[in-house]
Amino acid sequence: MKISVIITLKKDVLDPQGKVIHQTLDGMGFDDVNEVRQGKYFEIDTKENDNDKAKAKVEEMCKKLLANLVIENYKIIDLN
Amino acid sequence: MKSSVITFPGSNCDRDMDVALKKFGFKNKMVWHADTELPKSDLVVLPGGFSYGDYLRCGSMASKSKIMKSVINFANSGGMVMGICNGFQILVETGLVPGVLLRNKYLEFICKNVFVKINDKKNKYFKNVDNEVLEFHIAHNEGNYFCTNDQLKEIEDNNQIAINYCDENGKIEDQFNPNGSINNIAGIFNKEKNVLGMMPHPERMIDTSLSGEDGSLFFKNLINNLK
Repeated sequence: MKISVIITLKKDVLDPQGKVIHQTLDGMGFDDVNEVRQGKYFEIDTKENDNDKAKAKVEEMCKKLLANLVIENYKIIDLN
Repeated sequence: MKSSVITFPGSNCDRDMDVALKKFGFKNKMVWHADTELPKSDLVVLPGGFSYGDYLRCGSMASKSKIMKSVINFANSGGMVMGICNGFQILVETGLVPGVLLRNKYLEFICKNVFVKINDKKNKYFKNVDNEVLEFHIAHNEGNYFCTNDQLKEIEDNNQIAINYCDENGKIEDQFNPNGSINNIAGIFNKEKNVLGMMPHPERMIDTSLSGEDGSLFFKNLINNLK
């Protein structure tokens, strides 16, 4: 089954890339943007067919590798 | 004194470190990341570079490589482990030292000489260094040291800050902070101070005709402290 993960920077962590994207959008005329925060997106195709088990495994992956919990949050999304 | 330098795919300061260690008397061995056993060592160095192409987060892949299990065990049993630049990024990803290294504040790759002030000399890395300020070289894109407020309090309470960016007189101010690091932090220890992670490269300052010699001071002192 396929599961996706979105990793975002925590609120208090500086995101200079997001800031530059925001400034660029501003310059392009999209001047009603409050803030841009850049993150990461993963699609994980796993052999596990049990939804709960698959999600639990992906959560472990997030904690051990995909996210650094000092600065990032993760959100697991079921694609099926 | 025996040392080991770990080479990961994408390391590029491993041979510089080998040259520096040998120049000051270490018998150094190069160790491949896929090896599982660490040679008998008095010092293990994780060198600079771009291990695994900096994929995902700098140092994250290398921190899970096979040899790192032995390096972590070595560090946890009191062994001296030093991570320079990408090596520092690998150390934070293993959790051996607290915090993370974010993208530089102004999104520039920085390559220049900097001054750092030694914050703590009660450790084997900086004990007996006469100077308070050293001139080292930095070359990085992700050197912006960040940690939570709780972590910062803990590392300050335990005196785990090794070096701070400063001017040539040792003044630690925001204008001498090249990358946005919290409190100008350039290097930190673990609690026990046997593990040191730092962004500056002492191995690039070991030859008067090429650079400066503050790296020579550092390595000469280090090998004496380990004897």
